[in-house]
Order: sequence, then structure tokens, then C-alpha cells
Amino acid sequence: MPGPGVAAYLIISVILFATGAFGVLIRRSPLIVLLALEIMLNAGNLALIAFARQTGTGSGQIFALTVMVVAAAEAVVGLGLIVAISRRHVDLDVDKLTTLRG
Amino acid sequence: MTNFIVWVVWVLAALSLLSSGIAVVLFSNPFYSALALIGNLASLAVLYLLLAAEFVAAAQVLVYAGAVVVMFLFVIAYLGGRADAPWAGRPSLQSLAAILAAGAIAVEVVVVIALKAGDQLSTAADIEDGFGSPAEIGRLFLGDHLLAFEVTSIILLVAAVGGVILGTAIPEERRT
Repeated sequence: MPGPGVAAYLIISVILFATGAFGVLIRRSPLIVLLALEIMLNAGNLALIAFARQTGTGSGQIFALTVMVVAAAEAVVGLGLIVAISRRHVDLDVDKLTTLRG
Repeated sequence: MTNFIVWVVWVLAALSLLSSGIAVVLFSNPFYSALALIGNLASLAVLYLLLAAEFVAAAQVLVYAGAVVVMFLFVIAYLGGRADAPWAGRPSLQSLAAILAAGAIAVEVVVVIALKAGDQLSTAADIEDGFGSPAEIGRLFLGDHLLAFEVTSIILLVAAVGGVILGTAIPEERRT
């Protein structure tokens, strides 16, 4: 394949995943935590597609599409939760959301 | 010559991918974070194209930049997009621990992949022209991976039902 090998894509993917994990750990706004989660899922997708290219089989791409669907579903439910929390006039801060009682 | 162009495109896409990823995490305004995520997803789509995954790249732009980020922007606009500085109000020990944890994850993944597959990564399989095309993806989805396709529909249904339930207004007497 022209250009960099699969290992270069994997290194990018690892750095991106670490960035997302750092964002999930450091941020307190649940919205940005969700955005960082999307970054982590995308880093996983990049690794899957790099491996699909390396093995020459399409299964990795199928898996990446499935992950994309799960990420979209997760965004819907996560944003729904955030809107439901803000309706109750609770602070949107993951450090303060320590009880999940209705 | 092709090799050189691919390298240039790869370096540009990788730099923009990593910098926009860091921007998403470090912007204090959630609105800017969501906009940086669009750049992140676009450069990721370029990398997918370089890896011969045309259909996934198109789906990435449509599903993420077209639908998920718009939904994020809608919710941020609805909530007023309060700024939240990434470092404010945190004990510095906690920030340090977060950096260490993220670094540890990165090192673990690199070590595991290098140990298990380090010697196979230098060679990539030869692929034919149709690899990653919609026709090939469709054949795989409705053939070898039919179960994943069907599970996908159930996940989407559950997410739609969950979104409606979470979005329904709370009855007046239960409101606190």
C-alpha cells in the first residue's frame, strides 16, 4: 500500500484514544464527556479499519460500521439523559451528580 | 510520486486529527468543542479513504458530521452552552492522575499490539479494486455478518424508544 504502513495508523489511533480518555477523566460538563467518548469510539474505529486494510478482509469495516451505530445510539441516550437532568434544574456537573434517584 | 502525495495527505490528516481531538477536550465552551469534533471527524474520514474504506468514510461524514454533531449542537444550544474551564476547580493531583491514566492506557495498547502483532504490521495484504465499496459492504453485511445487521436494527429501535421516553416531559405532580 502506498504511504505509511498500518502501524502508523495504529499509533495515531492510540494517541486519539488517550486524548479521549483524558477528556472523559478531566472534564466536568457531561456534554463534553460525551464528545470525548465519541473521540474514543472513533479511535477504535480507526484501528479496526487499519486492521481491515492489513488483513485484506472487509469484516473490520463491518465492525466499524456497527460501532458507528452504537455510537449514534449512545449519543441519543446520553443527550436525552442530559436534557432530562437539566429539566430537573440540577447542575450539569458530573462531580455533583452523585445520586441517580428519580 | 503517488507514494509522496499519500504521505503528505496522511501527515496533514493525522495532524489535523490529533489537534482537533485535543481541541475538543480543552475548549472551555461546549459549542466550540462540538465544532472541533466536526474537524476531527472530517480528518478521520480522510484517513479512512487512505485505508481503502470508501463506504465507511462516506457513512462517517453522513452519520457523524451530519446527524450526531447536529444533535450535539442542538442540545448545547438548548441548554445555553455554559462554559466550563477544563482545569478550573480541580485539585492538581486529580489532573495529574488523569494524565497518568490516559498515558497508561496508551502505553498498554501499544505494548499489547506490539507483542501480539508487531511483526505482521509491516506488510499489508493486496486488495482488489472493490475493497470497501458499497457493493462489497452490502455483500458482507447481508451475508457473513447478517446477525450484526439485525442486532443493529434492534439497537437503533431501543435508542429511539429510550430517546422518546427520556425526552417526554415529567408529569407536574412528580416534578421536584
